Amino acid sequence: MKEISYYPGCSLHGTAGEYDDSIRGVSNLLDIKLHELEDWTCCGASSAHCTDEQLAIDLAARNLAIAEKSDRELLVPCVACYSRFKWAEKESKEHPEKIHFSYRGNIPIRYVLDFFCEGPILEEIKKKMTKPLSGLKVACYYGCLTVRPPKMTGIKEYENPQHMDHLMELLGAEPIPWSYKADCCGASLVMTRTDIVRRLSGKLLSMAKEAEADCLVTGCPMCHANLDTRQEELDKEVGENFNIPVLYFTELIGLSLGHKDVKKWLSHHITDPIKALSAKGLM
Amino acid sequence: MAYAMDILPNQILRHIQYDHRERVLSSKTIWICASCYTCSVRCPNNIDIAKIMDTLRGLAIHSGIKPGEKDIPIFHSVFLDTIKSKGRIHELSLILQFKFKTKDFFKDAGLGLKMYRKGKIKLFPSKFGGGREIKEIFNAFEKGERR
Repeated sequence: MKEISYYPGCSLHGTAGEYDDSIRGVSNLLDIKLHELEDWTCCGASSAHCTDEQLAIDLAARNLAIAEKSDRELLVPCVACYSRFKWAEKESKEHPEKIHFSYRGNIPIRYVLDFFCEGPILEEIKKKMTKPLSGLKVACYYGCLTVRPPKMTGIKEYENPQHMDHLMELLGAEPIPWSYKADCCGASLVMTRTDIVRRLSGKLLSMAKEAEADCLVTGCPMCHANLDTRQEELDKEVGENFNIPVLYFTELIGLSLGHKDVKKWLSHHITDPIKALSAKGLM
Repeated sequence: MAYAMDILPNQILRHIQYDHRERVLSSKTIWICASCYTCSVRCPNNIDIAKIMDTLRGLAIHSGIKPGEKDIPIFHSVFLDTIKSKGRIHELSLILQFKFKTKDFFKDAGLGLKMYRKGKIKLFPSKFGGGREIKEIFNAFEKGERR
């Protein structure tokens, strides 16, 4: 059994609850034991780094110091948290005087998608897969901070990332080629400049639809919310009928492993994925 | 993203070189930037534009110059207030406080209800966290001690 520390972050205790549930569910089936950090706090995410650099480092470093009490790797499912932690890690090496906690930059910080795309875990998935996702055309949507900046993420193909596509292939799905894999959805502007998010997310949905994807797949709670929740609004605005489900990649791993809770996870989505998956004979 | 900016990112850099402080710090651009890092990774001169935007936002907050975008700096301050008081972001508290500050109560009300029905909105925060350490972090921030 593999053991790993886990920092869910605020979204996964709120609007992205099904992402949290599916990560826990899938990990369980793959013999990965998650240890949620004790007394974790918000990483500071979108607002701290826009306000004050040191505040952003402090809020991240506090959590990393907790994680570093054990020598386990730290698994992070939200890319905003992941990005803030990677910045703090960089600062701990380049400017250790800016770290006001016991954190020394010694534990590997792993984004959940990168973690599940690794060789041994892929092997485990392959071994335990009971239901290949045959006939499902997926548009892999990586978004911004999962791949950028590459000096933080270590992703070499940051303009045309491939790792989620390979994972989907392994699950038996058909990843479609499209050019918007790593374009921005508008992220946290959703509450303040919803018009921008509508335009950027609308573009992503149109392009996925034009590429004839059955669904979009993501590993970011913010991208998921932006793409999943506003399709009806966009339908009215641009006279389209999007109705294109947006899935967390862990939900699709769960589906291929035959996890019993998949339907429960998917029932939280605003754009119903169950009908589309049933039509493909996958549910 | 650039379509919504009043000064393009490359122009922002030129204005900085000319020391057009007020022009830069009162721009919409610095708030519209969503920190997606596309420009930073494509810049032929290796300028980390997204990081510069962070610095400019920080300067703008302390400058007393009227921000080019009304709601975005309010959102950030409400976000940080929520962390300060609860240690974590409880989305509903964040949304209500933001609406209270911007007096825009009805925007997305229908969507909110739909999300509540789907079990996406938690009425109560999961747990308050951080305690003394979070207080210390915010004390230092407010006094500018670690800057």
